[in-house]
Amino acid sequence: MSGAPASATFPKNARAALANPPLLKAIAHIEETLVSGRRRAIDALPEFEALRDAGRDLKAHTLAHLDLYLEAFERKVMDAGGHVHWAADAAEANSIILDICKAAGARTVTKGKSMITEEVGLNAFLEGNGVRPVETDLGEYIIQLRGETPSHIIAPAVHVNKEQVAADFRRAHTDLDPRRNLDEPVSLLAEARGVLRERFLAADVGITGANFLVAETGSTVIVTNEGNGDLSQILPKTHIVLASIEKVVPTLEDVATIMRLLARSATGQEMSVYTTFSTGPRRPGDPDGPEAFHVVLLDNGRSAMLGTEFEDMLRCIRCGACINHCPVYRSIGGHAYGSVYPGPMGSVLTPSLYGLETSAHLANASTLCGRCESVCPMRIPLPKMLRHWREKEFERHLTPRKARLGLAAWRLLANRPRLYGLTTRLAAWGLARLAGKSGALTSLPLAGGWTKWRDLPAPEGGTFRTEWAKRGRH
Amino acid sequence: MTPKPRVGLFVTCLVDFFRPTVGFAAVKLIEDAGCEVFVPAGQTCCGQPAYNSGDRAGARALAEQVIALFEGFDHVVIPSGSCAGMIKVHYPSLFAGEPGWTLRAERLAAKTHELTAFLTDVLGVGPLPTAWEGTATYHDSCSGLRELGVKDQPRKLLAAVDGLTVKEMRDPESCCGFGGTFCVKYDEISNAIVDRKAADVRSTGADLLLGGDLGCLLNIAGKLKREGSTVEVRHVAEVLAGMTAGPAIGGAKR
Repeated sequence: MSGAPASATFPKNARAALANPPLLKAIAHIEETLVSGRRRAIDALPEFEALRDAGRDLKAHTLAHLDLYLEAFERKVMDAGGHVHWAADAAEANSIILDICKAAGARTVTKGKSMITEEVGLNAFLEGNGVRPVETDLGEYIIQLRGETPSHIIAPAVHVNKEQVAADFRRAHTDLDPRRNLDEPVSLLAEARGVLRERFLAADVGITGANFLVAETGSTVIVTNEGNGDLSQILPKTHIVLASIEKVVPTLEDVATIMRLLARSATGQEMSVYTTFSTGPRRPGDPDGPEAFHVVLLDNGRSAMLGTEFEDMLRCIRCGACINHCPVYRSIGGHAYGSVYPGPMGSVLTPSLYGLETSAHLANASTLCGRCESVCPMRIPLPKMLRHWREKEFERHLTPRKARLGLAAWRLLANRPRLYGLTTRLAAWGLARLAGKSGALTSLPLAGGWTKWRDLPAPEGGTFRTEWAKRGRH
Repeated sequence: MTPKPRVGLFVTCLVDFFRPTVGFAAVKLIEDAGCEVFVPAGQTCCGQPAYNSGDRAGARALAEQVIALFEGFDHVVIPSGSCAGMIKVHYPSLFAGEPGWTLRAERLAAKTHELTAFLTDVLGVGPLPTAWEGTATYHDSCSGLRELGVKDQPRKLLAAVDGLTVKEMRDPESCCGFGGTFCVKYDEISNAIVDRKAADVRSTGADLLLGGDLGCLLNIAGKLKREGSTVEVRHVAEVLAGMTAGPAIGGAKR
């Protein structure tokens, strides 16, 4: 799996990203597309804040009765003629899906865009077992050709520019005219559509994720902008839905509530272009649909988050708003995180899924600026949870030695006001002298992380407390 | 005559060390508004560095120190949204399961205020008798903005300063990349963030950058200075109190 190991080298990954101008240019587009789009959509909806409360409350209610709603969902799926499989972890989910593919005699499967299949590493697993997965979302298709993972949960190829895509298409689509014009996005789109059309028709099994599981009806719901999810699930004889357990909501009405938050928060659309409800296999008289319908419900560490300080994270609807507004993500892009889920939501989720030992950097690599929480449609307190991971890291003595020593020295001083006063007085005087008339320091031992990039404004001279005492004040 | 409200000034470790002028400006503003100001001598730091590093016990020890020093005042005022947020929003959670301490922390939280919010929301001060000739832009520091809702208060006070025009950045609410220890732990990322902030400041054409948190101001001032920019950086209290005779943050001595 691609998940945790690369998070351990986060600083190195980030450095590489910062030295990659095309990548930085590509990420910069998030501002004028996703961020501005969200702002416009929300400004046009006066009840947005009230909707956020409603969304939070209904997810919190569902999580408090998760077992009940999941069992209700299972019964309804079976009533509709579908099958439900319970997977405790990634390995179980993969093996259940492979068994279904084998039983269907599948050689190729088409896939709708799904982060959960990234989480379990499904593509690599299927390929290793003789089943060829074909991504059909344009962004996912591009990164599959490039041998990459998504760098964003809703815009998987946000790190790629159109020249790179044209080069990838020329490399992959060797049966097409090499002199064809691929300068415009529309020609890239037309080519992908033509190639994928054949894949849709050839596929034996279609695999999608789910944005919602509806307990009331046993329906699974996907939202897409390309319609590729629909073709993935309608054309093949077998449709497999892989979804994590927190996707369940009680009723169709609840889907409607969250839908009003989801696309606005994600892309600034009022609604995504396609919203597709799947309830069981094709019934007699239905014009289309699969002959077999399977839902694989994945836990993979989520039930262990219930009842803990991380339970609120299970409200996440994967809109990506926290990612789009994160100053750290906007500086380095998604791959540097080295995890399936990047940005603030990923930094909270990754240690839960893969362990803190390899991912402790992620919770620390945040300014805790709080913009993520302020845009989260589900009001998830992301900074608070990042801090919880820092506390766990500290408790388990995983904090780097240098940082621990620094903190210990700080505690020693800050808890002894007299000693603190003496030390700060001397240091402020020394630094002011060192800076002289310039008023700032361009380099300073032990402060290289600061002065490598910026000057350090010098202290004025005496500390406030000494100056105050000199004036005879109390 | 009713006695003057007794205000405890928590000066913050950064103002104490780097920029005493901000402390004196805060004292002047609060006194001019009719309060008596006290600066308890035992104050050091609010504990935020420990709290944000996952060291709850360390943060708690400092919280106890601050509570004991300041709980006797009518109000506690802080020229920083970040330290005020620590006391107002986070202190009570440090004492979960201890009703005695929780009550003390909550009482302190209720009477703790960021400086500009105290002047406008609590005291309702009108236009201040001060002037600054030029154009300023205002950086909304994250904790003050998102934890305490400090946004309009400093702008309202600045709007009444003679000769001063405020020209907004494209994104005044975006983080400057300081983030406490973040700026040295992940210095390259911090630099990329402050680089964007400095560009936003410069693009306004303002000759003065103001803000309410010294951490952010040290960061942005350091970046602007490194880039050779002539934009001056000051804490908003300095301009409001008319205490701008000395060099700006990181500025050369005249």
